[in-house]
Amino acid sequence: MAEQDIDAIIRVRDITVQFGTTRVLDGLDLDVKRGEILGFVGPSGAGKSVLTRTIIGLVPKVSGRIEVFGVDLDAASSAQRRAVERRWGILFQQGALFSSLTVRQNIQFPAREYLRVSQRLLDEIMVAKLVMVGLKPEVADRYPSELSGGMIKRVALARALALDPELVFLDEPTSGLDPIGAGDFDELVRTLQRTLGLTVFMVTHDLDSLYTACDRIAVLGNGKIIAAGSIADMKASQHPWLQQYFNGKRARAVVA
Amino acid sequence: MSGDPTLERIAQGEGLALCAAGNWTARFAPALERIVSDAEKLRGSRPHIFIDVSQVASLDTFGAWLIERLRRSLSDASAEAEIAGLSANYSSLVDEVRRVGPAPRVVSDRLSITGMLEQIGRTVAGVGGTIIGLVDMLGAVLAAAGKVLIHPRSFRLTSTVHHLEQVCWRAVPIVVLITFLIGCIISQQGLFHFRRFGADIFVVDMLGVLVLREIGVLLVAIMVAGRSGSAYTAELGSMKMREEIDALRTMGFDPIEVLILPRMLALVLALPILAFLGAMAALYGGGLVAWLYGGVDPEAFLLRLRDAISIDHFIVGMVKAPVMAAVIGIVACVEGLAVQGSAESLGQHTTASVVKGIFFVIVMDGVFAIFFASIGM
Repeated sequence: MAEQDIDAIIRVRDITVQFGTTRVLDGLDLDVKRGEILGFVGPSGAGKSVLTRTIIGLVPKVSGRIEVFGVDLDAASSAQRRAVERRWGILFQQGALFSSLTVRQNIQFPAREYLRVSQRLLDEIMVAKLVMVGLKPEVADRYPSELSGGMIKRVALARALALDPELVFLDEPTSGLDPIGAGDFDELVRTLQRTLGLTVFMVTHDLDSLYTACDRIAVLGNGKIIAAGSIADMKASQHPWLQQYFNGKRARAVVA
Repeated sequence: MSGDPTLERIAQGEGLALCAAGNWTARFAPALERIVSDAEKLRGSRPHIFIDVSQVASLDTFGAWLIERLRRSLSDASAEAEIAGLSANYSSLVDEVRRVGPAPRVVSDRLSITGMLEQIGRTVAGVGGTIIGLVDMLGAVLAAAGKVLIHPRSFRLTSTVHHLEQVCWRAVPIVVLITFLIGCIISQQGLFHFRRFGADIFVVDMLGVLVLREIGVLLVAIMVAGRSGSAYTAELGSMKMREEIDALRTMGFDPIEVLILPRMLALVLALPILAFLGAMAALYGGGLVAWLYGGVDPEAFLLRLRDAISIDHFIVGMVKAPVMAAVIGIVACVEGLAVQGSAESLGQHTTASVVKGIFFVIVMDGVFAIFFASIGM
């Protein structure tokens, strides 16, 4: 992982994150290349969500450097930081939709704050986003509490895409969806990545997603990246956890 | 800024070419919208119009939709406007936005006189529902208490003790501090005005009767409604939002018995204790001010207090406390269970819990005043 990649959209160098005395991430390095879908896996509790939250600045780190779009987030001024934040979108694990706003207001929220455009255009773009994530425009005036789990994920993705970001973080996007819904979601992420030229950083547990959606996979263990590469690289790895994960019973079922 | 989007108009014989260039992206959305609105006025001006996007530097959903919108508004029955020069990268994006239909209208409730009157009517009609809800909850809690009396093993002692710590033990410092200060203020005001008649010593009578009968318990009940009633509503409300209460029910537990009964019991035990401590703190504060400010020394204060008050005053105060606690608890639990899915609803019900709790406490105090007056206490 040490080689300098010019085209890296996220560059994480030697970061350490600690909660009390527990070291969650320990000198971790990671690159995410422009235009790829990176699947990020690891055992439960290994710190996948912690890494995501550290990159987007929700968890403080002890040491290390994080560059997104070539901007060092620690050295960035608040204006630079806001500019970076406009260029990424985040899908939280539980959706994190604003519960007192309708679907329409949720999706329009970032654009309404950042762009001075008419209500008509906001409405039209909102419908475009809903169509893109595979929802009917009729759900626009429902509240999040009136949506199913899968719809919440889709609306949250539509909100993450509201400003047409170049980079999206997806935290377990397919967890809690039925296999067909999860398959659709993977397909959707693929399509959006192709049409919008997105870079996707996807934390997932779903083997199907890894096989169908991801270009590259990074594996987290003991606070470090223990392997990164294609599915074939993962299967060839001698690491015991990887062996179990990619060659275990469930994995064979996916391949079969 | 470089890369600003443009749309040039080039006449081509009978037709017209609109050449788009620059960045057609979200960042430039306000400018894009203006350009497209202007160009939409060209509708019908020429028999053949096409939009050339070959010079566009970058395109996203905003740009693609605005081009599609322009195409639609320039098309009419006789001629369809066309998009030309679309690169392979962007064609899938344009195909995507082609599927977009019109936005559904927002159903907005307009302000009107009839609407306002309707709102008032509904609110008044809702009062009956509120009373029924409270009585319903009272019945459910009593039924759960009865069940616990028959099967004492199902009683949740740990939970009750936990809530007792929260609403009683942890409330002691603030309750004692506030009642102490109120005692000081009553005493000071009394002295200030009674002194003109040379009736300084009667401040002890006023303080004793007022604190033991009314102020002590009323003030503490209002504080508890604000402190613990709101906490109960917020706890139960967020449990309701996260389906924890449904989970309990499906496991065969009665939420009233598991969640509400221990809370109610803790509150009913806590309020008399807090009211007693509050009354003592107020008397102490009043006595202190009477001594330091009014020159009534502690011995004279105590002698006068012994004459001025009887055990009846104390009983009247204490009897009210558990009833007020029950009212606060019931209101808080009803509001907690009424929370809907949103954060806004949680806030509304927590506010309602405190407001209604304080309202009912004052109403109960009035009812008690009439009752005790008629039985001569």
